[in-house]
Amino acid sequence: MSKFKKKQGNVTPGISTASLPDIVFMLLFFFMVVTKMRDTELMVKVNTPQASELTKLEKKTLVNFIFVGRPTDKFKSKAGTKPRIQLGDKFATTDDIPLFLEKHKVSVAESQRQSIISSLKVDVDVTMGIIGDLKTSLRKAGQLKVNYSAKKRERTK
Amino acid sequence: MGKGKNRGVSEINAGSMADIAFLLLIFFLVTTTIAEDKGVLVKLPQWSEEPPPEMKLNSRNVYSVLVNAQNQLLIRGEQMRIEDLKNNTKIFIANPDKRSDMSENPQKAIISIKNDRGTKYKTYLEVYNELKAAYNELWEEAAMAKFGKNITELTNAQQKEIKDGIPLVISEAEPTKFGEEK
Repeated sequence: MSKFKKKQGNVTPGISTASLPDIVFMLLFFFMVVTKMRDTELMVKVNTPQASELTKLEKKTLVNFIFVGRPTDKFKSKAGTKPRIQLGDKFATTDDIPLFLEKHKVSVAESQRQSIISSLKVDVDVTMGIIGDLKTSLRKAGQLKVNYSAKKRERTK
Repeated sequence: MGKGKNRGVSEINAGSMADIAFLLLIFFLVTTTIAEDKGVLVKLPQWSEEPPPEMKLNSRNVYSVLVNAQNQLLIRGEQMRIEDLKNNTKIFIANPDKRSDMSENPQKAIISIKNDRGTKYKTYLEVYNELKAAYNELWEEAAMAKFGKNITELTNAQQKEIKDGIPLVISEAEPTKFGEEK
C-alpha cells in the first residue's frame, strides 16, 4: 500500500516578528543620541517662556545652569511656595552663587573662562524680585554673560 | 526506533528580545530630557559699588519702559500694548521723520527699563524680547541697505560696523517694590 503522505496543512505563515526588536533598537538609539541624562532632579517647576530672539548655546561645557521657580508639590512642605533658586541638586540663595560659579569655572580651561555663560531657566510665573537679586549677585561675581532660556516662537509683526 | 529522529536545530526564541528593547527604551524616555539650549542672550552691566556717573542725558534720547506689578506697560508716559512695542521702539531709534521728541540719531538712543519686584518674569522677558527684536530688525534692514545682503551673510567686521551704527543700549534700573510678593 502506498503510504499517502499527508500533505502539510496549508496554513498561511504568520507575520514574522523577528524585525520587531530592530525597530525598537532604532528608536532606542534615536533617544540615546538626541537626549541627555537629566543629572539633577528638578525640585522647582520650570516652564520657560516663549521668545523670538533666541541664540543657541554652543559648547555645553561652558554653560552653567541656574533654575528658578516655585517648588514642586513634593518639596512644597520643605521650601514653601515662593520662587526659589536651585543650583545643582539643592536649593540655594543668592549668597551661594559665587561659590557655584567658581566651582564651574575651575572645571573650564583658563583660556575659555571669558566665554562662560550662565543659562537661567526661569518659570514664567516667577516674580522679578528674586531675579533682580540673582542678576545683582551674578554681576558682583563678574558673570556678565547670561542667557534667558526660552522656547522658540515667531516674531511679532 | 532505528535512527533517532533528526532533531532540527532548535532556534533561540527571539520573542523576548523585543521586551528587553522596550524596557531599555522606556528607561531612556523616563530618565532623559531633550536639552533645551536656546535663549535670549543678555550682557549684564559691570557691577560697581558707586552709583553710575550722572550722565547729562537729553530726554529726547531716552526711551523709558516701565512695567508695573500688574504687568502693564508705560512707554514714555503712555500705556501701550506689548504687540506695539517693537515697532514703536524702531521708530524711536531710527526717527525717520526727524521728530524733535525722538532720538537725535541711533547712536544716542538709550532704552531704559524699570520694572517692579512683583512683575512676572514672563512679561519681563516678552518686553526684553521685543526690544531686542526691534534692534535685530533695524540691523537686518541696515545690512540689506548698506551691503545688499542678509546680516547672517556678512563678515564679522561688517556685522560690527552695522551694530556700531545702531548700538544696543538697554539700561535696567532698580526695580520698585510696590507689588512684591509677600
